Amino acid sequence: MALHEKTVSELAAGLEAGDFTSVEVTQALLERIAAKDDKLNAMITVTGEQALAAAAQADAARAAGKAGPLNGIPLIHKDIFCTRGVRTSCGSKMLDNFISPYDATVVERLAGAGAVMLGKANMDEFAMGSSNETSFYGPVRNPWDLECSPGGSSGGSAASVAARFAPAATGTDTGGSIRQPAALTNTFGIKPTYGRVSRYGMIAFASSLDQAGTITRTAEDAAMLLGVMAGFDERDSTSINAPVPDYVAELGEAVKGMKVGIVRQHFDAGLDADCGARVKDAIGVLEALGATTVEVDLPNLDLSVPTYYVVAPAECSSNLSRFDGVRFGHRAEGAADLFDLYCRSRGEGFGDEVKRRIMTGTYVLSAGYYDAYYLKAQQVWQLIAEDFRKAFAEVDVIAGPTSPTAAFKLGDKTDDPITMYLNDIYTIGANLAGLPGASVPCGFVDGLPVGLHLVAPHFGESVLLRCAHQYQQQTDWHAACPEGFQ
Amino acid sequence: MNWEVVIGLEIHAQLATKSKIFSGASTAYGAEPNTQACLVDLGYPGVLPVLNEEVVHMATMFGLAVNATVAPRSVFARKNYFYPDLPKGYQISQYELPIVEHGELFITDDNGDDKRIGITRAHLEEDAGKSIHEGLDQSSGIDLNRAGTPLLEIVSEPDIRSAKEAVAYMRKIHTIVRYLGISDGNMQEGSFRCDANVSVRPVGQEEFGTRTEIKNLNSFRFVERAINFEIERQIDLLEDGGEVVQETRLYDAAKDETRSMRSKEEANDYRYFPDPDLLPVEISTDYIDNVRKQLPELPDEKQQRFIDDYELRKDDAAQLTVSRPVADYFEAAAAATDAQAQLVANWVLGDLAGALNKDGLDIGDSRISATELAGLVSRIHDNTISGKLAKQVFEAMWGGEGTADEVIEARGLKQITDSSAIEAVVDKVIAANPGQVAEYRAGKDKLIGFFVGQVMKETRGQANPGQVNQILKDKLSG
Repeated sequence: MALHEKTVSELAAGLEAGDFTSVEVTQALLERIAAKDDKLNAMITVTGEQALAAAAQADAARAAGKAGPLNGIPLIHKDIFCTRGVRTSCGSKMLDNFISPYDATVVERLAGAGAVMLGKANMDEFAMGSSNETSFYGPVRNPWDLECSPGGSSGGSAASVAARFAPAATGTDTGGSIRQPAALTNTFGIKPTYGRVSRYGMIAFASSLDQAGTITRTAEDAAMLLGVMAGFDERDSTSINAPVPDYVAELGEAVKGMKVGIVRQHFDAGLDADCGARVKDAIGVLEALGATTVEVDLPNLDLSVPTYYVVAPAECSSNLSRFDGVRFGHRAEGAADLFDLYCRSRGEGFGDEVKRRIMTGTYVLSAGYYDAYYLKAQQVWQLIAEDFRKAFAEVDVIAGPTSPTAAFKLGDKTDDPITMYLNDIYTIGANLAGLPGASVPCGFVDGLPVGLHLVAPHFGESVLLRCAHQYQQQTDWHAACPEGFQ
Repeated sequence: MNWEVVIGLEIHAQLATKSKIFSGASTAYGAEPNTQACLVDLGYPGVLPVLNEEVVHMATMFGLAVNATVAPRSVFARKNYFYPDLPKGYQISQYELPIVEHGELFITDDNGDDKRIGITRAHLEEDAGKSIHEGLDQSSGIDLNRAGTPLLEIVSEPDIRSAKEAVAYMRKIHTIVRYLGISDGNMQEGSFRCDANVSVRPVGQEEFGTRTEIKNLNSFRFVERAINFEIERQIDLLEDGGEVVQETRLYDAAKDETRSMRSKEEANDYRYFPDPDLLPVEISTDYIDNVRKQLPELPDEKQQRFIDDYELRKDDAAQLTVSRPVADYFEAAAAATDAQAQLVANWVLGDLAGALNKDGLDIGDSRISATELAGLVSRIHDNTISGKLAKQVFEAMWGGEGTADEVIEARGLKQITDSSAIEAVVDKVIAANPGQVAEYRAGKDKLIGFFVGQVMKETRGQANPGQVNQILKDKLSG
């Protein structure tokens, strides 16, 4: 098996056995990225020199008997995570010149465990998008069909894992930005419980919904990464001070006897029939493993997208105010005065989708509209969270489709933001309720991947990982590799 | 027409924490620009605020000190607006759910009576940085050292009816925050400043007139002047048939006038919403009870105790309790002498205050310690020196010549209380001034002063004045 084909756990075993070194793996993957990323545009920045130096350091640490849990494992960070001394663009012209002076907590913890960063992945601008087409650096292409979008906003992370540029990548998920691209690229994506992973150093989009997670090929790999990333961080007031379970150890616990909730509304007219069939097959596999299915109701599901598109823009309109051309980032040339500096720096630095959301957010927070929009959305938000609470009184996990369709053609939805926004209809609920969710590869429709979406109660990452892992023991969808990237 | 003035104050007190409200950077004043601002203060991408617990403690102390409700749950909100000295494009403040509500305090009004002023709320927020225009050719500089400094904004009810009352209220808040040790109250450095909302209405009218807000007043004198100017301006306007425009005004101390800064139409829509980066602040009753137990004696309590225990006059008790160091000094001095406390109070508020003021010293840096002052007062009390000579002794002590006893000894100032010694001098004076003696005996009583003066001159002021008087009267009438 070639080095690029190996998963995190396979690499970890090989490195430990001395079959190869981290430098060899890192070198191989860097060459692969250099050779193949022209097709995908998955990477914004490749940090070859630093990666090789870190790999050499990891090899030395192993030789000295000081190997961390992810020692020498190469990975790619979504370009939303601040990385010290490396450009952190967030997919925006606004931060094209921004070299972060510090590491995000996620970056710091993974590096501390010995992981080697290969570079920074392309993404929708400020994580606002579901197709990776809003990136200042151009769209990412789906390795399963280069005419198609890999989804977004963590499209670069998903595409690079699918294309075997790295066994793992970090991502962030505000409304489905890890799970939807994972579904569209045949990768495993997990968004943990809100507060499980620190947001410090992750450039904020919608602070009350943003959560960092991973994209890998297997649930087992995700368990290895999450064990390092999760846990309390005193620099993030919303991170939760609760012990982190041994996710890897819990992978083998019984699926037998689990109650799997099926949401009626998930299989209505909005879902592509063939995708629905793949998802039902996958649920059948869980049943074969001994789980039982129970129908559950999420009566306010249809309100999740409109609620999201009030709350998220409101928060983003405020979060993105700091990009004013004064201290860092893009600054317009020859501004006549302060007002002109603001208008032009922001006008030039931000793309259309970001501007659309800033304007929407500013509007819903404005005097006279606040009650009708922001406050109302807060109320609906509580209803949606309550729906999930009730559902989880009955079931251990909810299963359904991740996305209404398989990958769509680039350019197909760019003129119609509403259709684009509806892509996240199945995933947004977990963000609003702060619940962990995952997407597992579960088959193909016309050669394009389909994802099974799993949602668990708060802190139920182990439940998701266990179901997905045991499903992956029974199936080999996740092992499928796109043509041209074997 | 008779006008009634309505004033409400918003006081910003900088809290005396070591580090900022949401970051670990130092709050020390006067550092080189931008040396005390970390990534959080600079609003860098990805950074997050973490609340400094100390500010919650301080706000709780304040709430209890003004008999307010300390909210079991308060929420930080974002106040959104663009300004170069506001790095994040929003200020973290409290809006709908402040930490302190429904407080009150009492001031002495223009008639000398107690008057209640309601405190609507007090909330926690971060300060902004500073824009610097001086010394920069054609450009502006930004100093973010102050960004993120914790402030307690204290909002009064519109209960204040004159500029004098406004100053009395502001002084009272100033005294309270310094007693509590939650603010240094340094007005030159901007640690204690206020905005004044001023309106006028015809006496008897219920609804308020249109108000203006005077921003950033940083001395008691300016508060009084700015408000008085504004009252006059508004009354003149209304009496000339004009209207007051709701607007923000700035006080120009050099010209002693207020000027329009921006009108309501230009006012920002701050788009407040709860800050999703910070959790609501939840305070238990146990926590509040604990803080209550640790509260120091407050100015009003101390004043009453000074009246009750030391039998001081009310205005003296009030003056002594304006600052805790002064009150402590007085108490230490009073404890170290058998003299009446009122005599000690007179010295603290009289000669000592004068000397401190003249040399620009705080009482903590006084050249005469509390026990040393008590030593001086004791010598007056036991008739070693007269009150008049005591002033001379005080001057010498202030000048570093030693304790009262040392000065008295060195300068030979000990009072003469030996009757026979005084009688000898009196006899001498009577013998030397036969003319005046005759006039006195003819009924010109006023001349007694002349004789006292002569005796004092002979004794270099050391004779006991009471005895001198008595002996003179006896001998002259004889």
